[in-house]
Order: sequence, then structure tokens, then C-alpha cells
Amino acid sequence: MTVVDKIAPEGNEAGARTPPRPTLRHRLSRWDVKVSPYLYIAPFFLVFGIVGLFPLLYTAYVSLFSWEAGDDAPDFIGLDNFKELFADTQFWNALENTVSIFLLSSVPQLIIAVLLAALLSARLRGATGWRVGVLLPYAASLVALGIIFANLFGPKYGLVNGLLQTLGLDPVDWQAGRFSSHAAIAIMVNWRWTGYNALIVLAAMQAIPKELHEAALIDGAGTARRFFSITLPLLKPTLVFVTITSTIGGLQIFTEPKLFDAMPGSNNGGSSNQFQTVTLYLYQTAFENYELGYASAIAWVLFVIIVLIALVNFFLTGRLAAVKKK
Amino acid sequence: MRTIRNGLVLALGITMTAFGLAACGGDDGGAPAASDPNAKVELSLATFTEFGYEELIPEYERLHPNIKITHRKTGQGGPYHQDLITKLAAGSGLADVTAVEEGHLSNVLDKGSKFNDLPEIGPADASPGRWLGWKYDAAKTKDGKVIGYGTDIGPLAMCYREDMLAAAGLPTDPEAVKPLFATWDSYFAAGDQYVSKTGGKAWFDSAAQNFNAMVNQLPTGYLGTDDKLALETNQGIKDAWTKVTGAVSKGQSAKLTAFSNEWNSGFKQGAFATKVCPAWMLGVIEEHSGPENAGKWAVTAAFPGGGGNWGGSYLTVPTQSKHPKEAAELAAWLTAPEQQIKAFQAKGTFPSQVKALEDPALLGETDAYFGGAKIGQLFAEQAKKVAKPQYKGPGDGQIQENASSPALQAVEQGKSADEGWTQLLDAAKKITR
Repeated sequence: MTVVDKIAPEGNEAGARTPPRPTLRHRLSRWDVKVSPYLYIAPFFLVFGIVGLFPLLYTAYVSLFSWEAGDDAPDFIGLDNFKELFADTQFWNALENTVSIFLLSSVPQLIIAVLLAALLSARLRGATGWRVGVLLPYAASLVALGIIFANLFGPKYGLVNGLLQTLGLDPVDWQAGRFSSHAAIAIMVNWRWTGYNALIVLAAMQAIPKELHEAALIDGAGTARRFFSITLPLLKPTLVFVTITSTIGGLQIFTEPKLFDAMPGSNNGGSSNQFQTVTLYLYQTAFENYELGYASAIAWVLFVIIVLIALVNFFLTGRLAAVKKK
Repeated sequence: MRTIRNGLVLALGITMTAFGLAACGGDDGGAPAASDPNAKVELSLATFTEFGYEELIPEYERLHPNIKITHRKTGQGGPYHQDLITKLAAGSGLADVTAVEEGHLSNVLDKGSKFNDLPEIGPADASPGRWLGWKYDAAKTKDGKVIGYGTDIGPLAMCYREDMLAAAGLPTDPEAVKPLFATWDSYFAAGDQYVSKTGGKAWFDSAAQNFNAMVNQLPTGYLGTDDKLALETNQGIKDAWTKVTGAVSKGQSAKLTAFSNEWNSGFKQGAFATKVCPAWMLGVIEEHSGPENAGKWAVTAAFPGGGGNWGGSYLTVPTQSKHPKEAAELAAWLTAPEQQIKAFQAKGTFPSQVKALEDPALLGETDAYFGGAKIGQLFAEQAKKVAKPQYKGPGDGQIQENASSPALQAVEQGKSADEGWTQLLDAAKKITR
């Protein structure tokens, strides 16, 4: 490539005179080498620019206005939306709910996913069947699941409370309490995503060289010892990846809390916002109260939070990789 | 600011382009279409849930060979109205005839400049005298424009379970129960009696259902006529709050949020004995209670505090429409007495026109599920008890949905009445800010 580049010095208008004469074919192939790669990757950047970058920047622009849907002339108010947002107790409440639901779902989810992957990688009859089986919840419609789970956790006629009462326990008003509603939503999330994560972890597990396990076996290491000393350390990069993806998903959680509300179509997240998440609050602000400017500010703050957490994850990955080298 | 609006159009892009194309589709020149009676005119009509217009549209096309109607029907009212406001903001995409529900009317009246004044462009026979006064007046903007022709209404009566009232030793005959439902005080007093005699069974489905009806009976809603929040100064609302939360504390509420799955199950389980009942609620009760409870429900021509209205819609013609005259004509025809009766027979939408309310076809209507009650006559009687439209400021519907109903739900879930009231105030302030 570099050789080709040097043939025609830049700025020489009378290029035809300089030896060796570049033929048309020559020039075409030079352009091919220079331009083609950009053309090949251009579609992604074009599409990203239209559906990713433009909305992102336009949202930032809108967030500087007091803009109600239908306004002919929205007022420019600078950063006032953000100022108001940082003093908005409902926003902080929504953020707390989001983090709480995220922790309640991601932590058990990842632990179970790893254990499940360990079981799936053992010698099983009909291994493919089991592996496909854990992925089934992921293939089901999220909205249908939301409705079914909301029914299961109904305070009076829900199946879960029916079971509790058969066991002689008190029924729980799942929607009413802050913790109980978060737990119920986390169960929905876990049911759907655990199998999906287990398969990713399983793939990584299968990539661990057999020799390591064999050597450990010869040294007299038991199953548990091999799991903690070989499998887990080698899984770290995969676990970090799974954590990042579930963080992004968890911070944007929307459908489950929306459908869990007893009031149909409500965006309140329970009677006193006890399980309103940030995205639900954003949706309510934009499409129920029609405050587009304020909603854009929420969207941007959420975006920044996700980027920050992704950076922390990135930093952790670096640390873990460094540890592994020693 | 022009660019900002264009940007919004771009951001909302795809759906609108689709509808935009549909709107420009037929013949573009609006002016020649109006002058040449034989030119083809394409009209679009947007409704949600059931209006009963399926048979009427082909009939109108038969009567007007130059008109072609596209009917855009949506399932749920909530998303439909969100879409409506968005398209109103974008300046394109709305149907020539756009239906608006009563609960969302205040938001639309607030943007009245984007709708045609119907007495000005509509046919002469669509005069105010056609409609019940309160129905017609509710669609008037502050500057006196009338932007909607009334379709159906939801006059309120009281539904109750005969067998459950009998079990508690209360009267069950439709005439004999009327005193129980005369005022809200007598209604909640009867509730106390019912709860104590049945050992703690619930009297009504949820606090919010009663509270909404009580607030709707006041001359102004959550906002005053100056469009400012009037919760703290409107004594009627505070009184209604005290009465309802008092009833909740005495165990009268089944705590079942309306239209939730639990509420649906509650009908089958007989979880409550009485229910605030707009005309359209009868179908809902029958659907959820199921055939095994046939004949157990009854309805009587009485409602605490006189009468009231809950629900019903209007047909508007947005200024976006390319054929406003033709659209207004279609809307007037659809809401004329004969067509209202037909829609009522098709889907049970209760008519709002004076003549339709005296129609023998309506007055003779009975409901076998409710023990053969003469529901046509009963609800026509209730409709005439509504005194005048309530003044609702912009955001009234949101306060009901996102402030008062959740606050009452919170009280049912264990908050004190005072905490609930504070929650209502805070949420309402946020909405009207």
C-alpha cells in the first residue's frame, strides 16, 4: 500500500509526464485501495448517523428548551431542565428503584447462570435439548410474559399468593410494597434472561482447554477446586461482558414495571411510584405530560449514567486482565 | 422556530410520512373538490375502541357516491390520544374526522385553534338543539368555538348485586333501593351497614371509581376557570376525599383497581356489592361476571348526588383537514339521531341527541343479563338529570389518572388519608406546573 502511495507525489499537476506513467488501471486500483474500505464501512456509519447520532444530538438540543408537545414556539431555557431534574425527588426515587431492581435481578441472575452453565457443560443425556431449553424463556414474547407475571403476582387472586396461603403463610400485596414489587419484577427479569446468559457463559466454559482440567485432575484437585481455580478465573472476561450487557439492559428496564402496574396503561410505577424506573418516568414525562424538553434531559442523564458505569466496567476489565498476566 | 417544528416532524418521521401520504392520496386540490360536486373526495375517520360505525360508513358512501371513507380504528383510548396530541403538534397526520374522548377533551380544547369551528363550516341542521345541552356545551372553547359534535354519552346509574344485598338484609327491589343511592352520605351509610352485617365484605370495587364520579359532579374540576390548580381551594373535592377515604378505612372498598386483571376476577368472585355504572359499564359487568352470575346484577335509576356523566366522545375536524366542509358533513351525519340509534344497536354506545333519547327503539331496549331491566329508558332518564357540563382545565384528565387515582390506591394500600392527600397535591402540582 505504501509503495503505491509514493508513486505520484502530491501536487504535481502534470502527473502524466512523471515516470513511471500511471495507467488508468493503475489509478483505479490505487483509488480502490484507498477508498474502498471507507465505502465498505460507510453504510454502518450512515445508518448510525441517521438513527443513532442524530436523535442523540437532537435530544441534547431539545433538552435546552421548555418544550411542550404542540408548542409553536418553545422557550430556550438553557440548562434549567437539568437543574430542575437534579432537585426532582421523583427522579432520584426512580433512579433508586432502577438500581435496586437491577441489583436484585443481575446478581442472582449471573450466579445462577454460571452454575447452570457448569451443569450444562457436564456430561448429560440429550445435552442439546437442555441447552435449547434454557433459552426458551428468552424466545417468549416480553409483553405476554409481563401480563402473565403480573397475574401471578396479583394481590388477591394471584397464583403466588394462593400458594403462600396454601402453605399457611400470609399473602403479600406485591404491588404495594417497595421491596416486594422490586423482587417480583426482578423475578420476571431473571426468568427471561438467566438462560440466555448461561449459554454465553457455557460457550466460554467450553473454550477452556481440557488439558488444564486434566492436569489439575492428576494433581488431585476435586470438582469444586477445579471450578474455583480454573473455570472461574478463565471465565472472567466473559463474565465482565455479561455484566456490562445486563447493566445496560437493567438500567433501561421498562416493559416489566409498566405491565406490573395494577392500573392498566399506567406509567406511575405503582400507587406512589414505588417501582417507577427512570425509563418509565422518561416515558411518562414525554408521552403523558408532553414535556419533551424535560424528558430529553432525563434521557441524557440516563445516557451519561450508563456511559459512566460502562467506563467503570471497562476499567475493571483492564484490572482483571492485568491480574491474569502475573 | 420554524426549523424546530420541522425537526420534530423529522424525528417523528416514519409513521407520519405514511399517514401524510394517505392524506394527500386522493385528489389534492381542495378548492376544486369543493366547487365540483362530482369530484371524488377521500375522507379519513379515526376512532378508538367501539363506535359502532362499521355499517354506517358503507351507507354514507352509498348516499354520497363522490365520497370515499377510510376508517382508522384503534383498540385502546390511551395510546390513541397520545398519538392525537403528537400529530396535532407535528401539524400533519390527523384524520379529517378525528374522535376525541371526553376525558381528553380539555387537552384538545386547550389547542382549540387547531380545530375548525363546526357551526361555521358544518351543515345547518346540526344545530345546538339536537344535543343535550351539557353535551354540546362541553365542546366549546373559551372563545366560543364549538370544535366537536357529540357522539355517545355515559349517563351514570348504580349497579348492585341483588343476592348480596339480600344476604345483608338490605332492600333489593329497584324502587326500594333508590333511597340507599340518593346521596353519597346515604350510599356510604348503607355501605357501613353492609360491611358490618356481612362480616367485613366490600361494598364497592375501588375508591377511585367513586371519587371520580363525585368530582365530576362539581361545577369545576381539579382546575379553576382560570386554568390554575384549585385543589386546595375547591372544598367539594376535599369533602369528596374525606368521604371516600373514610369509607375505605371502614372496609368498604374491595381495593380492586378498575380494569386491572384483579378487578376482572373480582366480578366473577363477587368481591363487591355495588358499582358506579355508566351506560357502557353494563357490557363490561356482563363480560367479566360471566353467565354463572346472570340475573344476580341489577341496575336502578338512581345515583348518589343526582346524576352524572362518565365517558362519551366527540367528532372533531382538525384544521389540518384538506376537506373540512365534507368532513364536517360526515361528522354531522354520523352524530344525527337516526345514526346514533343504529350505533347504539350495534355496539351499545348511548346516544346524546334529544330526539334519539325519545326514540321508541331506545326506550324499549331491555337487558336480559340485568333481569330484563328497561335500560334504554333508565339511562335516558339519568342523562336528563345531568345539570351542566363541568369546567375542566387542561391537564384535568392527567390529574385524575396520574394523581388522584394512584393516591387513593395508596390509601387503600395502607397510607393514611392525610398522606394520600399530600401525595395527590404534590402530583397534581407537578402535572400543572
